Amino acid sequence: MEKFLQLLLSGVALGAVYALIALGFVIVFKATQVVNFALAGLLMVGTYWVARFRTVDGYPFLVAVVLGVAVAVAVALLVERVFVRPVVRRSVVAVAIMTIGVDVVLQTEITRRLGIDIVPVGDPWQSATVERFGITVPQTRVAALAVALVVLGGFFAWSKFSDWGIAVRASAENPQTAELMGVRLGRVSATVWLIAAVLAVLAGVFLSAFPAPGVSPTTSAAALRAFPAAILGGLDSTGGALVGGLLIGVAETLTLGYQDQLSFLGEGFSSVMPYVVMVGVLLVRPTGLFGATEATRV
Amino acid sequence: MSDATRVVPPTRPAPSSVRRRTTRPVPLALLGALAVGLVAPFYLDAFWLQVGVFAFAAMVAALGLNILVGEAGQLSLAHSFFIAVGAYSYTLMASPSQAETGGDLVGWRLPPIVAVGLAVVAAGVAGLLFSPIAARLRGIYLGVASLGLVFLGQHVLVNAETITGGFNGRDVPPLTVFGFSFDDVPGETLHVLGVPFTRVEKLWYVGLVAVVLAWVFYRNLRSSRAGRAMHAIRDGEVAASVMGVHVTRFKGSAFLVSSMLAGLGGVLLALAFRHIVPETFGVLLAIEYLAMIVIGGVGSPGGTLAGALFVSSLPVVLERYSDALPFVSETPTDGGVTAGIAARFCYGTAIVVLLLVEPGGLAALGRRARRRLARAADERAIQPTPSPAAAALGDNVAAATPRP
Repeated sequence: MEKFLQLLLSGVALGAVYALIALGFVIVFKATQVVNFALAGLLMVGTYWVARFRTVDGYPFLVAVVLGVAVAVAVALLVERVFVRPVVRRSVVAVAIMTIGVDVVLQTEITRRLGIDIVPVGDPWQSATVERFGITVPQTRVAALAVALVVLGGFFAWSKFSDWGIAVRASAENPQTAELMGVRLGRVSATVWLIAAVLAVLAGVFLSAFPAPGVSPTTSAAALRAFPAAILGGLDSTGGALVGGLLIGVAETLTLGYQDQLSFLGEGFSSVMPYVVMVGVLLVRPTGLFGATEATRV
Repeated sequence: MSDATRVVPPTRPAPSSVRRRTTRPVPLALLGALAVGLVAPFYLDAFWLQVGVFAFAAMVAALGLNILVGEAGQLSLAHSFFIAVGAYSYTLMASPSQAETGGDLVGWRLPPIVAVGLAVVAAGVAGLLFSPIAARLRGIYLGVASLGLVFLGQHVLVNAETITGGFNGRDVPPLTVFGFSFDDVPGETLHVLGVPFTRVEKLWYVGLVAVVLAWVFYRNLRSSRAGRAMHAIRDGEVAASVMGVHVTRFKGSAFLVSSMLAGLGGVLLALAFRHIVPETFGVLLAIEYLAMIVIGGVGSPGGTLAGALFVSSLPVVLERYSDALPFVSETPTDGGVTAGIAARFCYGTAIVVLLLVEPGGLAALGRRARRRLARAADERAIQPTPSPAAAALGDNVAAATPRP
């Protein structure tokens, strides 16, 4: 039972991290209809620079995070302005494939810079653990959960109450009407890319912190698992991204934790589990748990 | 679903006159390429032949992906999975049995040519098994769901050690057809017109035949009833179903034929590699195949061949000329980038730039160049230039060609 609670808590924390990435994926899609496959690349860029500023240049952790986020945001805005916006009016499918191209370039650059190294992010928690009520959880997981909750809460409040948030939601609802009402769609697009980049880098830092050894090319495989999270929650539902992230995180952690009992599935099944859960959900609900069913006009 | 809702069954397309109109003549450039392909082994050295064999494998599989993405409009990131099914099925079926080798690896010891056929069927079955899922999902949901297949495949490949050899992979048995071995036979090297035919020359022709077959199949499919049904699904699923197209069935058949071609490509790839490891068939390969058809031109078989050639041969060619090229080096330590990384930069950038400039890929660039050449030739002949209205109409027709 204690093991179960321990795993559950770890899973929720990991899920909250996935939810951050998935949320970025969802808001870009919701506001601009663009499927942003470059998110994993942006995450790698930002996280790599966080680790670099911290470990190589020796800046304090918070400063390094801010600088790393700034790098990722700059790249995201550049990509959005130079590549995505000219093509998006022509075809959203073309943009989706283009973001794959951008992702290839970004990931290749980071892989090249990393080589075979693993750069630790140098977070203040390191491998310390918290023990309460007989369960032991790494501090990084607790911090991840806390940060994710604060950021997610902040995001939902922002989108509900601020003018920018309302503009984003309005253009998600109906771009033409929003434009007529004076919402600048270009700025909305830039805003959601910016938010997605920030969320992705924050998530990336926690994905590379303990128990992971640091930023390495495998970090992007972990980042990729946020896609099933976004999909199973429903691509156009921000709440769905949260639920999807938590589901995926818990499923993955439980599979890893009970590996011994699940040995018939083979070693390392935990990295496949998110996709199994996703396909299972999609079979029942083809547009995810909370995704809007598409109304089609012939 | 009941039969009552089904109106008159669609009549068969009128005789071949209709068909002839929809099938465009084989471009001269492709016939030229085929001729070059036939004589190439007599002139090229082993390096280029090896590049060619890999390119042929990529072409076959990329044509399969283009049926799915370009013709039926289904986004798939799972192509590397179906390629892996083909490659490993062939290896499993053609390998000698456990008793003969004394090892742990299972082998069925079938005649290799039978194994090729069965491997293609196996990949097709894998595609069919996935199609109930595919039938329910659309667009990006399908794309990410198919990504799951790649990870599942990786997991199985690493864990099913007696079949796949696990992480370290296993050797691929050579292809033999009716006693003729497509491999180096020590002591009895075949000489054709004074040129020694080793493994790579023989495989070159196998690959060439496979590409021609796949290409003919693609073109015939495209102008067949099934192909038009797929186009209808691509352009609007609901509209297609209203017109009487059985959407689920044709989506399923698109997955079937696409994964069969992937399987055939996989067999060729396995033969070219001689030793296959699971790592080859990961997400990166799936993205490479997507890159091939996007660079070549979605929905264009000729473009696909060019795109496959470009993406598959880029890393090896860059590596070969790494000393002559700035920034490219053999080892990652001395400042430059390795050929593999440089190649990935190249095709990543190529996707982005092509989509910015010409979303139709190389095929559309080719069409544009041809039109310009034709116009230049017209002007030189001082023929009356086409009226602006006619020219505009021509452009409109080109622009109206469905593009997914």
